Formats: sequence, C-alpha cells, structure tokens
Amino acid sequence: MKRRLTAGDIIFDTINVLALSFMAILCLYPIYYCVVASISDPNALAAAGGFMLWPKGVQFGAYKSVFANKEIFTGYMNTFFYVIAGTVLNLLLTLMGAYVLSRSKLRLKRFLNLYVTLTMFINGGMIPLYLVMKGIGLLDLRAGIILVTAVNTYNLIMARTYFSTIPASLEEAARVDGAGEIRILFEIMIPLSGPIIAVLALYYAVIHWNSWFNEMIYLSDRAKYPIQLFLREILILNEVSSASQDFAADKMPLAESIKYATIVVATVPILCVYPFVQRFFVKGVMVGAVKG
Amino acid sequence: MIKPELQKASQKMAYSKLRKFGRDIYRERALYILFLPVFLYYLIFAYLPLGGIILAFKRYSPGLGLFGSQWIGFDNFIKFFSSPNFGRTLWNTVRISLCSLAFNFPAPIILALLLNEVRNTFFKKTVQTITYLPHFISLVVAIGLITDFFSRTGLVNNIRAALGLERIAFMMEENYFTPMYVMSGIWQQIGWGSIIYIASISGIDQELYEAAEIDGAGRFQKMIHITLSGILPTITVLFIMQVGKVMSVGYEKIILMQNDLVLSKAEVISSYVYKLGFGTYPDYGYSTAVNLFNMVVNLIILCAANWFSRKVNETSLW
Repeated sequence: MKRRLTAGDIIFDTINVLALSFMAILCLYPIYYCVVASISDPNALAAAGGFMLWPKGVQFGAYKSVFANKEIFTGYMNTFFYVIAGTVLNLLLTLMGAYVLSRSKLRLKRFLNLYVTLTMFINGGMIPLYLVMKGIGLLDLRAGIILVTAVNTYNLIMARTYFSTIPASLEEAARVDGAGEIRILFEIMIPLSGPIIAVLALYYAVIHWNSWFNEMIYLSDRAKYPIQLFLREILILNEVSSASQDFAADKMPLAESIKYATIVVATVPILCVYPFVQRFFVKGVMVGAVKG
Repeated sequence: MIKPELQKASQKMAYSKLRKFGRDIYRERALYILFLPVFLYYLIFAYLPLGGIILAFKRYSPGLGLFGSQWIGFDNFIKFFSSPNFGRTLWNTVRISLCSLAFNFPAPIILALLLNEVRNTFFKKTVQTITYLPHFISLVVAIGLITDFFSRTGLVNNIRAALGLERIAFMMEENYFTPMYVMSGIWQQIGWGSIIYIASISGIDQELYEAAEIDGAGRFQKMIHITLSGILPTITVLFIMQVGKVMSVGYEKIILMQNDLVLSKAEVISSYVYKLGFGTYPDYGYSTAVNLFNMVVNLIILCAANWFSRKVNETSLW
C-alpha cells in the first residue's frame, strides 16, 4: 500500500535515521579507532586525543612487534587451538546429546532432560569445581580448559528444540531401510540442520575465543595462556610482564600503537565471521527462547 | 490390612514393570550410548562439584582435604551474615541488577521499534549488523576500550574539556561504577538483544497497520499501539526471566572493572566468592558458603518469578 508522505512522516523518518546512525557510530567507532590507531604514527596518535577518522603517518611496525613478541604470539596460537579443538568437541557432544534428548519416545526422556536443565539452576560453585578439576588432574592442562566447557546447556537445549522440529517421517523412512541411530543422526538430522549448526559453531567459537576466566584460574603455565589473558595484563592490569614490556612507553616508541594492534589481532577475526552467520541468528534466538 | 495374595500380585506386577523398563532401555541402548559423553560431562563437571557444597559447613584446610576438614556447622554463614561485607555485597548486587533491569532491558526494545520504522532495507540491515558487533568483542577488550575512552585523557574527557566541563576519571570514581557498568552493558548488548524483538515484530499481522491507518493513526501511534502491544507477550516473558536473575550479577565483567578505588561500590556477591576462594588468603569453606547462600536466594526468586509468570500469562520456564 503506497501513500503520500506527510510532513510528520518526514520529520519522524529523519529523527529515526539520525538516532540509528548515531547508535551505529557508537558501536563501530571504538573498534574502527583501534584499527586506525594501530597503523598510525605514535606522535600523531598521541596528539589525536582519541579522535581519529583516518590513519596518519602509516606504519606497520606495531603489527611486526606484536607477532615478534613471543608470549603474545604463543597466546594467539593457544587461542586458535582452544577455539578449534574446543568447538569441534562442543559440536560433537552437543549434537549427539541433543539428538538423544529430542527423541519423543525415549524411555528416560524426562529424567535426562531434568538431568541437563537442573544444572542451570544448581551448581557447586567455583571452589568445588576447582577441587574436582584438581582431583582428576586437569589443572594446568590445555585439555582441562576444553573439557570443562565441553557442553553448554543453553546451546544443548537450542539444538534439542531444533531437532524436535524435524519431521519424524524422514527418520522413519530411514529406519525402514535399516538405518541405526548413528546413521540417522549423521545422515539425516545433521545434513538438515545446517543453520543451527552454523549458529552453534559461532556461539561456541565466540565463547572460546573470548574466554579468559577459566584459563586464569585453571592454568598456571603462561605458555598455555590464551591471548585474552595477555590482553588483560596489557589493557587492564597494566602489569609489567614479558608480554607487556613492549608496551612500556619509555622503552618502545610504538607502545600505544602496539596496544591497539594487539586488540585488532585479538578481535577482528571473530568480527569477520559473524556477518556470514547473521541470517541464521533469528532462528537460533527463536528456537532457544522457547524453553530456556 | 493387605491380603498376602494381593501383595504377591502387586509384587509380580512391579517385577514385570521393571522387566519392561529394562527391555525398553535395552532396545534404546544405541541412544544411551550416544548420550554417554554428555552424561559424563554433567556428572563430572556439574554433579560431582555439588558434593563439594559440604565445604560450606567446614573449615577447609588443604592438608586435611575435603573429608578430613573440621565440621563447623553454620559458622561460615554466621560469619558472612554478621560481616559488613554481607550488606555491602548484597546491596551492590541488587543495585547493579535493578539498574540493568531499568536501562538495559528496554534499550533493545526501543532499538527494535526504531529499526522497524526504517523503510530502506539496506540501511536497516547495515545498522543491525553494526549494532551486533560489540556483542562479539571480548569482555577484556570491551572493558579495556572503555577504560581507555573514559580515562582522564581519553576521548570522552577531551570532549568534556572542549565543552568547558571538568575532566572526570570515570573508572576511578566509585559513584560512576554502576552507570559505567550499565552503559557498557547497553553498548555491548543492545543490538544482540533486539534480535528476538525484531523477529517477534515480523510476526505481527500487517492488516492491523492498514486498519489503524484507515482509523487515522499516525506513525508514532501505530508504533505504540500496534507494534509495541504486538510484542508485549515476548516482552513480558523476557522481563520475568530477567527478574528471576536479579540476584545473579556475573563476576567476569565486575572483576575486570574493579580497582581499589571503586571497590566499595563494585564488590558483588559473585565477585566476592571469587576473591574469598582465589584471593591472598583463600578460605574455601567461607567462599562456598557465600556461593551457596547466593544460589539458594536465586532459586527462591526464580521460583517466585516462574509462579508469577504462570499466573499472569500462562507461560512458565518449566
């Protein structure tokens, strides 16, 4: 239905577009600034006072320093390891578990669903979990970091809800052909779940990529730290460590630029991924919201 | 009095039921084997630590271990309730939580309403994509950036200085802790939070808008009376879920934002649990007791919110 725009409409639209543009700038500017600051000349950066729309006196030395710093480079590689190995394990366990929970005729269905959801409300807390990790010898191991977050209950429920929307007729046809549970899961359910698997993979990858707390309490060997922990030392604690010594302004003229280069390196990869999965977000959110 | 024959019969029935149960489980064995890894995960990392709750009633000493440590009953709880940290952390938790509820909850709704009024699809999609961005930035980087931009020499204070206002060290002033926490929360989650409302808006019957137009409703009126009231059920459910979480403020962001200058306004229960357990003088028993207290209060509030939700709109969390 088309109709003429009134003066009120035009005012409304203008204010709306301005408000939304302002919001978008607030969301984009900080990370854009990091990119610009990381390749700018340190003197120009210091003079800019936080406001820069384009790089001044372009240099790439900051990125060279970031990758030359042994701790940060190892941290970065560790992050990649946690993200890739962690997400693969997450997906495998979540899809297997969700498939079982979504079987409507399962004898122990109620029990298993309760077994899973109860953990969202009841937990032993930080210390008992720490003691369990210590007791079974998972402290200070990369495997420990991956195992302790092997399943996320919210994501498991999301996958379960999605699986239960797949028509049973497909599965029955396969069963007549003599397919077992594992074949049904891998040859029918998973190929039909592209969108939800994409969303799950992204959610899990983001959790691992941005994680720092578990690593802080369960790891003591700095060689196993992910980049987020080094970033915390640099950005928040201002600690002098082998990772942050490059950032002491008196030692390195590029200190500020290096700080921003590290942020860019630690942030931009994940920002490049999510727009491709964005069209599936709605599905993920709606499925996940049915029963949390 | 039960007759012996009857007892026998009921025993027989129970036995055959058990056999049928066993047969069912055996028939579905492939499924249970598939579920085994997930079962073990929860057993080890969720249910095994529950046993550690007994620490709350003990004075833990590393040499004696979990079972050997001295049983002290409710002493840890009494110690917590009578310490000044009890009132302080409780109030900080509730204050931060209520402020988040008041500001962070409506923000995505307003964004969704405004986005819905945009006619240009490209502009709408672009704004959506950009506002999702902060959600994917790690807390470490987000708090680092905020510390940077709000420092005495940062962008915000440079703008303030240019406008003739005094410079404020936002992250170092205890009275700015809650506002900074809330604002950074809006910044990170406004776009992400709006997804569910945008999806909900797309389910509204278009004929309602046409009918309202015939009745002479303007843009703003339609936005309020049709769009907003159309997503009201979604808002109600999410609001009740949020209220249920009023006593749980996550520790990660709090810990990252804390420094000695703001601590009196910045220590919440969950971050206090962390400090008690991993601070300079770790007290495992005390830490577990404070966590147990928080969990029990959470459960009570959640049940109340759920009961209320069932009364009001016939939807519940379980």
